[in-house]
Amino acid sequence: MKLLTLASQDKTCTTVLMALAAVTFIIPLCNLLTPADSPLHFSAYTVSLIGKYLTFALLGMSLDLVWGYCGILALGHGAFFALGGYAMGMYLMRQIGTRGVYGDPLLPDFMVFLNWKELPWYWLGFDHFGFALLMVLLAPGILAFVFGWLAFRSRVTGVYLSIITQALTYALLLAFFRNEMGFGGNNGLTDFKDILGFNIQSEAVRSVLLFLSGFSLIGAFLLCRWIVNTKLGRVVTAIRDQESRVRFLGYRVEMFKLWIFVFAAMLAGVAGALYVPQVGIINPSEFTPLNSLEIVVWVAMGGRGTLYGAIIGAVVVNYGKTVLTGLMPEIWLFTLGAVFIVITLLLPDGIVGLLRRKLQEQHA
Amino acid sequence: MNIPPLTRFHHVLAVLMLVFSLAAHSDPITASQPWLDALNSLKQGSMPEREQAIMQLAEIKDAHNLAILQALLDGRLFTTKTDTKLVIGIDNHQGFDISDAVSGAALGAVDHDALSKINLTNKMRGTLRKIIGELELSADDPAVRLAAVKAMAKEADDRVLDLLRGRADKEADPAVKEAIKVTLLLQDMDSPDKATRIMAIEALKAKNSQEVVNRLNAMVEKDESGEFVEPDEDIRNLAKAALININNRLQLYSSVETVFFGLSLGAVLVLSAIGLAITFGVMGVINMAHGELMMLGAYTTYVMQQLMPNHLGISVLLAIPAAFVISALVGIAIERGIIRFLYGRPLETLLATFGVSLILQQSVRSIFSPLNRSVATPEWMSGSWQINDFLSLTWNRFYILVFCLLVFVLLLQILKRTRLGLEVRAVAQNRKMAKAMGIPTARVDAMTFGLGSGIAGVAGVALSQITNVGPNLGQAYIVDSFMVVVFGGVGNLLGTLVAGFSLGIANKFLEPFAGAVLAKILVLVFIILFIQKRPRGLFPQKGRAADS
Repeated sequence: MKLLTLASQDKTCTTVLMALAAVTFIIPLCNLLTPADSPLHFSAYTVSLIGKYLTFALLGMSLDLVWGYCGILALGHGAFFALGGYAMGMYLMRQIGTRGVYGDPLLPDFMVFLNWKELPWYWLGFDHFGFALLMVLLAPGILAFVFGWLAFRSRVTGVYLSIITQALTYALLLAFFRNEMGFGGNNGLTDFKDILGFNIQSEAVRSVLLFLSGFSLIGAFLLCRWIVNTKLGRVVTAIRDQESRVRFLGYRVEMFKLWIFVFAAMLAGVAGALYVPQVGIINPSEFTPLNSLEIVVWVAMGGRGTLYGAIIGAVVVNYGKTVLTGLMPEIWLFTLGAVFIVITLLLPDGIVGLLRRKLQEQHA
Repeated sequence: MNIPPLTRFHHVLAVLMLVFSLAAHSDPITASQPWLDALNSLKQGSMPEREQAIMQLAEIKDAHNLAILQALLDGRLFTTKTDTKLVIGIDNHQGFDISDAVSGAALGAVDHDALSKINLTNKMRGTLRKIIGELELSADDPAVRLAAVKAMAKEADDRVLDLLRGRADKEADPAVKEAIKVTLLLQDMDSPDKATRIMAIEALKAKNSQEVVNRLNAMVEKDESGEFVEPDEDIRNLAKAALININNRLQLYSSVETVFFGLSLGAVLVLSAIGLAITFGVMGVINMAHGELMMLGAYTTYVMQQLMPNHLGISVLLAIPAAFVISALVGIAIERGIIRFLYGRPLETLLATFGVSLILQQSVRSIFSPLNRSVATPEWMSGSWQINDFLSLTWNRFYILVFCLLVFVLLLQILKRTRLGLEVRAVAQNRKMAKAMGIPTARVDAMTFGLGSGIAGVAGVALSQITNVGPNLGQAYIVDSFMVVVFGGVGNLLGTLVAGFSLGIANKFLEPFAGAVLAKILVLVFIILFIQKRPRGLFPQKGRAADS
């Protein structure tokens, strides 16, 4: 029986991986090789949309790592995503150069507008792509480290932790809304022109970004899978199931939690960095507690503790969002709310759980 | 004088309204012959005769005088063209509503053309203003007298000062008496006699008046040529000392005000958190729809006001039980429909109730539109309690503070003294044992949740009086209310109260230094750090479990 579940799990998993690989390689290839009027050519809108879904899938998967495997329901995971996005956005802002509305060679438009005379110190270095990439990992990573170190060391767990993670993202939301912070306030960072010297609007760049998103997702998936199967991963899963018992066995629970939390935050940061050039804007609304809760829904919908479930959930929920908000915007929140309720009441293991049950019935 | 223009306008308005009501309600007076003669020459006489008539009117005591003279000053005293009657008009945009100046009887509405205005010279206007001031100074209503004193202080000459001196001894109302004293003392500061000036400064030191501060400030300043405005050094030093004295008091008042603002913010926090403290603290259920239950309460207030637009005051009072019932019913429905299947799985409860909150939000958005709805504040709640020039407390925040304490005490009594409260506490302490003792735990759960939700609804009524009522009302408060509960210690109502008030006060004290948004961020960061130190809040529940 156990073997069967494992096999079926791997089957779904393989299907997801195959589909991902197909999307990652075929769409960019088609777009790069075929002319714009060919039936094999995907529109810029579709490419951006799929690219966005892929980054969301990466984000969802990173939350699954902490929630599904370590039992930490983080309601502020969107903050790490947004921080990664801001780091990338700052690089893209610096690339605008003199092409802004005010044409200032050094300062982004919103700083000229605020009458600032020089670049704040924390903007220094962001004109180098490599530095920006480093910050994409470090900014969320350091925040997660400090926050996690404080929280896990003093054994804040369960709903308390959920609530203070929510407070964290809420505090960041308020902070980034402030113009004085130097991140564009309410409007955020937008109007990007180039990435590494290539026009960010061009089809080729969009295709490459989609490829990178898919590639990162597959890579991260394999990495996460490897991690959860190592001894470290086993301990983390044990912490989820019986935290005090693991502690009594002599493991330093807080270190394991911290490790996985920081790693997931960095993954979320990468997702944010891939997201921003594809949608062309990053603003404080990414920090809203609602956004972070939506990520939780993706994972819950797909089935937590499976990694690929989070990918399925992120794509399904966001596809639903795109379709429904296009058809009837009022319906979306009703649907999202109903999804929350139905999943927790009837489908605690999400879509993956449903598929597994179906497969088991077939084999039985 | 540094009264803001709006306040001044209000004074004038108050005076006018009182004047009209006086004129309308006073008994028909057996008009004396000299009075009628004076009115007649006012109506028909030449300009010098008119001036004479005004002076005569001032001499004769008659309750109608004030209304007539005020109308004359405002250019609303007319004679009718048909029968040359002296009438007072009130502009009704098409023409005038007129009333007989002699008898006060209403004569209906007439056109502009049917009236001819009684004209004045500038000199007569000046005289009129003074006479009106005198009349107001002896009016029955202290508010009219106070306004009159403030108006007179602006153009004080010897005549006015004599009047005020005469009035100072007779005046019974402390506020009016104080205003007269301050005005006279301010005049004494201009006296040529140094001793008088010193005495005046010494006396003014203890007064809480913006005028005094302005005056003293002017005395210690230098003019453009670098010379002190006040040549006498002794006086200048005295003025400086007096200013320091007043400023110390000013600081005290501003702290009192900040504490009050903090308490009122705390009251809002406590109100919004206390329902949560029950559902979260007593039942261990995370209700993310709590904010939306408050929103329902606020919308109930809005609907009640729409139902009875002419009784604002009563509608708000009636909204309190209505909001309680509606939110409680919705809460019980949530508990019976969703939460009872999820006991013991707090994280799942959190998600499911969040789903409910989204649905409630969107329902309100679909029914009432996504725009904010305005809820009117009843008259007895608007305005402020002016303690002195430097300290005034707004009534609506004051009432919310009182209301919050009432709700808290009531809730505490319910939990302590009623059978339901006993059962709730029993289930909270040991669910299985309570069940074994025959307590219907399922029913108690539903009732507890209903109680917590109902209180959220009541909190919504209070919120509707101080903030916009819109679909996002609940979201704005949910993070804060969770913070309050967690800070205070889950399962401890008193902790919630202490936490709410201390967070409110801390927030308001930080605001002047850091700005509203940064203050809020600082408080959030503080709580996050505090939770690290004391993971179970200010007043943790006692227990020995390794994890609970």
